[in-house]
Amino acid sequence: MFSNKFGRFLFGLYSRKAAAVCGVTRSGFSWTAVCKQRTLWLQRSACVETPRSTVPCHTSVRSASQTTVDPDEVRRFQSLASKWWDEQGEFAALHAMNDLRVPFIRDNLLNVHTTRHPGKPLAGLRILDVGCGGGLLTEPLGRLGANVLGIDPVEQSVGTAQLHSSYDPDLHDRVCYRACTLEELSAVEEEEDGQFDAVVASEVVEHLADLETFAFCCSTVLKPGGSLFITTINKTNLSYALGIVVAEQLLRIVPSGTHDWEKFISPVELERLLESNGFSVQSVQGMLYNPLSGAWCWTDSTAINYALHAVKLRDDPQPDQAEESGSHPEEHTAATHS
Amino acid sequence: MHKITKATLALHDLGRCLIAERHLSAIRIISRGLVCAQHGDDSGKNEVYDVIISGGGMVGSAMACSLGMDPNLEGKKILLLEAGNKKVMDEVPDTYSTRVSSISPGSATLLSGIGAWEQITKMRCKPYKKMQVWDACSDALITFDKENLQDEMAYIVENDIVVAALTKQLDSLSENVQVKYRSKVVKYTWPMPLPSSRIRSMGPGHTGQRRDYSNQAADWCRWTKLNGEAAVWGYPQSSGTMTNQAVVAVLHLSEPTENNVAWQRFLPTGPIAMLPLSDTESSLVWSTSHRLAEELLELDEESFVDAINSAFWSNENQSELIETAGSVFRGTLSAIMPFAGSPRQLPPSVAGIGPKSRVMFPLGMGHASEYIRHRVALIGDAAHRVHPLAGQGVNLGFGDVACLTQLLSQAAFNGKDLGAIQHLLEYETERQRHNLPMMAAIDLMKRLYSTNVAPVVLLRSFGLQATNMIPTLKVNSSSIYIQTYLPVHHSEPDHHTDNINHLSKLSSASTQTPPTALFSDYTELYFSGVYNFQGSEPTTMASKFSPKFSVTKSVWVGCRAGPRAADSGVGLCFHTPFITDHSCEMALFPTK
Repeated sequence: MFSNKFGRFLFGLYSRKAAAVCGVTRSGFSWTAVCKQRTLWLQRSACVETPRSTVPCHTSVRSASQTTVDPDEVRRFQSLASKWWDEQGEFAALHAMNDLRVPFIRDNLLNVHTTRHPGKPLAGLRILDVGCGGGLLTEPLGRLGANVLGIDPVEQSVGTAQLHSSYDPDLHDRVCYRACTLEELSAVEEEEDGQFDAVVASEVVEHLADLETFAFCCSTVLKPGGSLFITTINKTNLSYALGIVVAEQLLRIVPSGTHDWEKFISPVELERLLESNGFSVQSVQGMLYNPLSGAWCWTDSTAINYALHAVKLRDDPQPDQAEESGSHPEEHTAATHS
Repeated sequence: MHKITKATLALHDLGRCLIAERHLSAIRIISRGLVCAQHGDDSGKNEVYDVIISGGGMVGSAMACSLGMDPNLEGKKILLLEAGNKKVMDEVPDTYSTRVSSISPGSATLLSGIGAWEQITKMRCKPYKKMQVWDACSDALITFDKENLQDEMAYIVENDIVVAALTKQLDSLSENVQVKYRSKVVKYTWPMPLPSSRIRSMGPGHTGQRRDYSNQAADWCRWTKLNGEAAVWGYPQSSGTMTNQAVVAVLHLSEPTENNVAWQRFLPTGPIAMLPLSDTESSLVWSTSHRLAEELLELDEESFVDAINSAFWSNENQSELIETAGSVFRGTLSAIMPFAGSPRQLPPSVAGIGPKSRVMFPLGMGHASEYIRHRVALIGDAAHRVHPLAGQGVNLGFGDVACLTQLLSQAAFNGKDLGAIQHLLEYETERQRHNLPMMAAIDLMKRLYSTNVAPVVLLRSFGLQATNMIPTLKVNSSSIYIQTYLPVHHSEPDHHTDNINHLSKLSSASTQTPPTALFSDYTELYFSGVYNFQGSEPTTMASKFSPKFSVTKSVWVGCRAGPRAADSGVGLCFHTPFITDHSCEMALFPTK
């Protein structure tokens, strides 16, 4: 499409990343997206002097703001704050997703951190759960032994999470919550070189206003070699049909209006975004929800939901350290094909 | 020591521990409960446990051991409440106790997995290789023996020995498993409110009241009130409302013999069984009507012995019609299959009975319609109670233990709340699927053999003879007697030298293994249900797997002692980050 190529060319002139543009083209012809892209380009050309950090280069509907939080999203989740822990309620699918995402996080972290603690596999690790909501994912990670900090801009959700985790004495000293945004947290952490072994952003990226800032902040709070886990929804026609029309309107698997298709991001686009922020994407895996059984399963196709694991690159990547992000070197060599 | 007013039946031994008065008869598992100790010295002290098991019989203690030894549950606090005294058996007593159970090979595997089987074999246990079952009303008979089946069919073990062995194991697990003897549950309180509207609280509020148990029938009534529904019935005689009883005794045989056959004869009044305990002694289980049982108890020793011998040997119940019909059928079958079938053997004759060993207790059958509630699971006899004629009671209980341990272990490894309803539901589904057909089959057999009406007798004797002659039917029906419950992730290769090939064959046949096509360079295979280990480097063994599985790494998760603890073995655990809905089998194999 000529208009897309024209837009890309112009962006190239300003040495912006073309990641988002490619993402738009990849998803197929979308007239609204093209129009929006042109509008934004026209807007941006008017404010070309502004420094890079405050004007992220996205052509999507995300606003060019410095905060990742979208006020509409906050309002929507405020009204659902008390319903987080009803396992058959609005968040049933998220509860079921724990069966996939907890092993995903646990196993990938165990690949890197090899000291074994029976009973508490993630002991000694610090994990940040961005957009923790009611603590659905924070609690299992805490039970596995990690020190987890869950943050969420919606205060009511954090309150619900704190109340629920108080029921389990096991979690008392390992799981804590804070009602703040990721930018606020990373501002505090900026002096040190990142404190967390892992950042988990599950079903969060499709609700954010600004992904570039998000990726940057994640990079700030992570230790070098730390892991970033994202689960989100792909931006395809299929995800529109199944993820929005069927899930929200027909089957009511999620409350209506939860997702905005424009905010979905494809794995390729996300990968490019992360790599431009100093991450190396280790794996992408598709997930599929079966509404009949209410269970998730792994699948080859990333057309709808997918999980992504990326690792923050170290500052001076040595040849063997670059390998380390995938598997532990000694065990790798010892367990090679004989 | 608890009184032996109710002994366990052992007809092919059902290790169903009918617990005497001072025991808690129901075994329940409560997750994350608060225990308010009512003891004099502990009053006021409140402790929180992750899992509470109430009822410390064979199944309850096995559950406590199993949970305590599970690597994924390390650091969890487990409490076992037992109303009786601690059973310590420094040396095995000379006399046999009347309560015995038949431990199937599957249960033996579980017990050896928790390290108790070795103790049991050191103390006293009797394997038997053959079983003969025949009818009193006809000539039909069926035998199960080792040519068709494994080396040993099952083991006869006294219940006291099982419990003592388990107690010894529990002593070694004192860091995470605590046992409180002479404790009874008075009240359950759940520390958090019921979250979901789907699960209604049981009875008044969240607490369940439990009162002192004085006899078995009352137990069931109370449990019904507590839990809502249970299908319970006794086996009444047609004339009255008295339930059937079983008479149990230790028999001295008239001459020492290679006693490795179990005998069971279906009389019209009920089955009588003789189970080997040693070369000179056997255990008797005679299920019969209440009136007859009382009469038997009142007989003097000689008459009682005569009654037993005639029950096994006499043919007075056979009519001529049945005899001729039976022999015609047998002739036809042997014409078709000349070498099938087995010769009839006669059981050994009895000379005397052990001192003070004659007791009786009521029989019944019961099944709880739900095994689980909010944070509560029923295992063992609390969930299902069967007639001892097939020797399955405790084996079903041990099956529950294996299943629930595995599910709880997996849940803990996934960071789930142990009391969450999701995996409790899985436990219920799996066990009900297994237990209900078994219970139905046992009940059917009981009813089938409790008449001597000619058509029924003919039908069942033809059936029995046909089953005896047709090998496949026999092997299938033997599964009732063998009940090889194998935990889901267990494999035991026959030849230790060929373990790796065995594992790869097993894995590729198993539907639970991810197909090799899914493997990529950094995908690893995750075996859940760590099986066995005793030292040795996992990485060297892992490297041997790699041509078949593209394994790049082995991860040590945990371990338990395996079935043949004498062989040192290595348990392996591999990891796959993605294919986590598949669990794979683990093999036990030696380090050399």
